[in-house]
Amino acid sequence: MSLDAGAPPIALDPERHAALARVWATPRGLWGFLTTVDAKEIGKRYIVTGLVFFVLGGLLAAAMRTQLARPESGLIDPDRYNQIFSMHGTTMMFLFAVPIMEAMAVYLTPLMVGARTMAFPRLNAFSYWIYLAGGVMLYAAFVLNIAPEAGWTAYAPLSGPQFSAGKRSDIWAQLITFTEVAGLAAAVSIAATILKMRAPGMTLARVPLFAWSMLITSFMVIVAMPAVMLASSFLISDRLIGTHFYNAAEGGSPLLYQHLFWFFGHPEVYIIFLPGLGMVSEITATFCRRSVFGYPVMVLALLTTGFLAFGLWVHHMFATGLPRLGDSFYTAASMTIALPAGVQIFCWIATMWDGRPRFGTPMLYVVGFIVTFVLGGLSGVMLASVPLDTQVHDTYFVVAHFHYVLIGGAVFPLLGAIHYWFPKITGRLPSELAGRWAFALIFSGFNLAFFPMHLVGLWGMPRRVYTYSAEMGWGGMNLLSTAGAYVLAAGVAVYLLNLIVAARRGPAAGPNPWGGGGLEWATSSPPPVYNFGMTPVVEGREPLWLGEELPVLDGLDERTREVLLTSVSQAKPTSREGSPDPSIWPFVTTLATSVLFVGSIFDEWWVVWGSLPVTACVIAWFWPKPSHSRQVKRRDSGIPGAIA
Amino acid sequence: MKARVVGDLSILPPAGFRSYGLWFWAGLGFMSIETAGFALAIGAYLYLMSSAPQWPLDSPSPDLLWGTLQTVLLLASLWPALAFSRAGRRCDLAATRRWGVIVAALNALALVIRGFEFPHLNTRWDFDVYGSIVWALMLLHTAHLITDFIDTAMLVVFLFTHSVDVERFSDVDDDCIYWAFVVLSWLPIYLLIYWAPRLAS
Repeated sequence: MSLDAGAPPIALDPERHAALARVWATPRGLWGFLTTVDAKEIGKRYIVTGLVFFVLGGLLAAAMRTQLARPESGLIDPDRYNQIFSMHGTTMMFLFAVPIMEAMAVYLTPLMVGARTMAFPRLNAFSYWIYLAGGVMLYAAFVLNIAPEAGWTAYAPLSGPQFSAGKRSDIWAQLITFTEVAGLAAAVSIAATILKMRAPGMTLARVPLFAWSMLITSFMVIVAMPAVMLASSFLISDRLIGTHFYNAAEGGSPLLYQHLFWFFGHPEVYIIFLPGLGMVSEITATFCRRSVFGYPVMVLALLTTGFLAFGLWVHHMFATGLPRLGDSFYTAASMTIALPAGVQIFCWIATMWDGRPRFGTPMLYVVGFIVTFVLGGLSGVMLASVPLDTQVHDTYFVVAHFHYVLIGGAVFPLLGAIHYWFPKITGRLPSELAGRWAFALIFSGFNLAFFPMHLVGLWGMPRRVYTYSAEMGWGGMNLLSTAGAYVLAAGVAVYLLNLIVAARRGPAAGPNPWGGGGLEWATSSPPPVYNFGMTPVVEGREPLWLGEELPVLDGLDERTREVLLTSVSQAKPTSREGSPDPSIWPFVTTLATSVLFVGSIFDEWWVVWGSLPVTACVIAWFWPKPSHSRQVKRRDSGIPGAIA
Repeated sequence: MKARVVGDLSILPPAGFRSYGLWFWAGLGFMSIETAGFALAIGAYLYLMSSAPQWPLDSPSPDLLWGTLQTVLLLASLWPALAFSRAGRRCDLAATRRWGVIVAALNALALVIRGFEFPHLNTRWDFDVYGSIVWALMLLHTAHLITDFIDTAMLVVFLFTHSVDVERFSDVDDDCIYWAFVVLSWLPIYLLIYWAPRLAS
């Protein structure tokens, strides 16, 4: 791979660079750390924090695999095992998978759409802090032996006041509140950035596929996450103040919990894996040196997947006994969603076939994704069938299926994407050799760990059991799974070490080491604090592949933080707007909100009294600043949307 | 590859109303989230109602007076809210201040009426699941009334105490859009809470 270490296409002269860097700078030291609103800084923190939770969740998985490696093992007692599998699922779903996908978008979307920063940068900072606070609370509870114990799904009545005494399920319910507030805040920021801050000329038909996938994911987050917040709020109020939402004795319904949970939970799978599809498209285009085959079809497939994802949730409830018509409808819907997934697979294969594929490390993860995801999709189609689903419900077959879908569909693309964009983020290249070793270990370890679970599942081994007797005959396959899990863990260690070493000692990457065609490669690596000195103009889907010159627009203010807004569909420039300075209030608001959330676990009145400091913080945060129009000394005439 | 300057953005206006400004999109995003929350809570109400042998389970229906008065007040408040919004979009400070005070007062009055609604629901959150879901819907909507009251009141204070530029006039318009959302989201909740028990029994 040749290094393109020259100047980026968009670079300012030193004087203008210094002026803009001063305007967009984050203060130094701890104050700067707490007050920054730089999307790149927040994105990096979000990604690193997500990876830390990935490692923690992985260590919990390794502990479970060690326990299950042989029958009747006494390494972990049943109570702790309940907490460990609940923590593993909760960590991976709520603290790793969704946050890290949004984190990648926080860092990348402003660069991909040619903007100086994100929409609502303070909201974005708040999203990170509240996410971190939720994660810290969960792991503090684990250390104190009061971690959730009713699985990541926390089904009522198992998680209700009758069967889950103490505070464990309340901790789970409030973790949901923390992480969903964070997820929703990030989703609004990401969607607004993609809709309103695209570079001129980047019409909806030219939006990078990763940005498309994040736009659709953000809409899905907005519709789906309120469902789990409602489910968990009803749960905690049943536990704390004696409501009866899930109490059948007073007319409540445990099935209502399942409906609300899975109305979120099934789209959640696609919320995790749609960004992965976008990442795969970006990597495939660059490494095949060709725009992704069938771009309009790809976008339509993403939209169709996002839409259909809301029509499938009941297939998680086949075992509850549904009307026959419901069974048939949700079986058909579950099988239908395989169609847009299949269309995309064929488009990527066509891109490789028609392009000039180079199998660098990111591309290896694409190949690993296609193989693994197809296998996971096939077992998904099997599970869509009611007779088979009821037979293997809550067995290791289901565990194997969703790990093939989630690790294959989301983690492999994510690992490829981090390797792919790492040079942009750090300015340094990771080792290709270590990258290939990591991929080999991860891919082989994954299949060794999870493929045998299909078999033990079909043999009847239930999930979430802390041990099994030797007579069941599951010992051999479980030992194989555990060996695979260790190989997988070794692969993740090599992967992360490669990044850590490269961040310190890797060779300089230059602005565009892979020869990509997107706008993120038009600025330096790492990008300057203001992203782009001038605003790129987009004339095609891969702007950097179109010719020797990149058209740009000058004139954004260099004395204030100013961003360009464009029209939603055609990305025509309409107005400029101020962007907020660093602020301590997102952090302080997080502290106040955390006191409210954690306090309410112990006494419901914390919701009332805790809301007072939260309100004060929000007022201080949103109190109007000197207006941008005054700072740039423009008269209030010709303002779009005004009434004459 | 080199950059080639093809135009100048400094001629563009420094702010915009409605969809031309970013805050409109923040409001739209949060109204979408809240719409999803309301829709799901309404769905939960209907789900529980459809699986109950009778509705309400074991309480009298809520008294109609305060809830209906609230509905009339909220619908009537849309007119001054529209005037507040239009004054903002005209950048007419005097009219904006005048209508702002009226809208904030109506918002406060809605909160007072809401205080009378709760005791006339004729059930408690911990009585049975009917009481739980009725209180949940009411609290969900009341949270929005409080949020919008704080937003409007702060904005009005600012209008009287600071110099007002186009961005603040745009805030006025965004606040009115949110108020319209709070009013319109009340209508299905009003029908469910006050009329569904009567029609079901």
